[in-house]
Amino acid sequence: MAVVAFWALAVLSVAGAVAVFTVDSMARATFALLVSLAAVGVLFLLIDLAYLGVLIVLMMVMEMMIMAVFMIMFMMNPAGLMPMTMVHGRRFALAVSGAVFAGLAALALLTPWPARRGTPPPDPAHALGMSIMGPQMLVMMVIGVAILATMIATVVLATDRGRYDRR
Amino acid sequence: MTVGPLIGYAVTLAVLAVAAAAFDAALAARPAAWGSAATAPLREVARLLTQQRRRTVLPDLVLLRAGVWSLPAAAVLAGVVLPLGERPVAESAVGVVWFNAMEVCVWGAVWLTGWAPNSVFPLVGGYRFVAQGLAYELPHMFALITAALGAGSLSVTEVAAAQREVWFVVWMPVAFVIYLVSALAMAFWGPFGQPVGGEVAGGVRVELAGPDRLVFQAGRYALLVVASAAAVPLFLGGGAGPLLPSWAWTLVKTVAVLGVLVWAGRRVPAVRMDRFTQASWLVLIPAALLQMLVVGLVVI
Repeated sequence: MAVVAFWALAVLSVAGAVAVFTVDSMARATFALLVSLAAVGVLFLLIDLAYLGVLIVLMMVMEMMIMAVFMIMFMMNPAGLMPMTMVHGRRFALAVSGAVFAGLAALALLTPWPARRGTPPPDPAHALGMSIMGPQMLVMMVIGVAILATMIATVVLATDRGRYDRR
Repeated sequence: MTVGPLIGYAVTLAVLAVAAAAFDAALAARPAAWGSAATAPLREVARLLTQQRRRTVLPDLVLLRAGVWSLPAAAVLAGVVLPLGERPVAESAVGVVWFNAMEVCVWGAVWLTGWAPNSVFPLVGGYRFVAQGLAYELPHMFALITAALGAGSLSVTEVAAAQREVWFVVWMPVAFVIYLVSALAMAFWGPFGQPVGGEVAGGVRVELAGPDRLVFQAGRYALLVVASAAAVPLFLGGGAGPLLPSWAWTLVKTVAVLGVLVWAGRRVPAVRMDRFTQASWLVLIPAALLQMLVVGLVVI
């Protein structure tokens, strides 16, 4: 059962990823990407990491919708309504992404993975929280602030002043 | 999993959704017409089932179907972790996060429904909802997490169980109010109904007719019901109460919250989503964080 689910989700994820580059509409590409990433999220449920799995689905949906907002804010093709190709520099991009995919797949298959030590904790979400809020707290705080600053800076730089500013 | 709870859940959800629609129709009607308001939802269902689909020029039908159907799907899936009585349909250790993830899928559903017909007003409505989503989602998440923090668990059942002594609404009233506001915004109901507003000719659902419109409307009412039902285990003590069994108390409280939300939808003026964003980020988020701080201090 778990094996069938794994392969179904793996195929769905890769198929979604391929669809991102073969469709001709921004909206379809966005939602193909969402299907691909949500399938990865559901894969996490298979390894009993319910919190991370559900969180991935949650974050990916919000992320794609924010991408839709950016689509009308900043694109030369407003709202992505016109058909357009999803690739630039097709040959070079294909070569690079093919090489990266092959490299990563080879690494995953050829690495001598260590045998499992210990047993999974009864509550993985709790263990994750302790890890993030304990030893990795400083790293997580810095990364969080850096991401937020990047997002705000990008928007501020891109929109000098908006039409709806009330001054 | 047995079939019993599943059927019970589906029937309860359907009945409450129809009841909400009937109450809404009664609020809009004069007292003399309250009798016909009670059957208004069923007549509307019959009308939509026999109505023809509307076709626009060059619609994206795949995305349209996906959007229209994922609205009720998101509502139904969000509700499976809510206990009706003792146990939910699907017990989950991360039920609160699951509920949140499923109701965020509504963003995708509404935006797709607005984008896919290739028509101006639905597109405007779809983007209005995404903008509104950016405003309500953060305070909403903080309100959910505050309840989970008070119980020390992400399981909805355990959050309800943690309120045996005192209901969370008593010592986290700010989080409760923020939850109700965000529930209205989530179902784009009443003051937050701009995505389907009259001044854009009905927004997202302009081009929906026949069965498509029925599914979309049913999804919206189901969402309102599920959002009301979630307030019960999160803030109102779940099934706790004297005399009656816990399922009955859950139902009574859900109907009460649902009634308040539907009533507020008819009585509160519309709020523009850019103003709501300002109020939400400047007032609701700090208020939610302060509430969380208080709860955190009490828990420690």
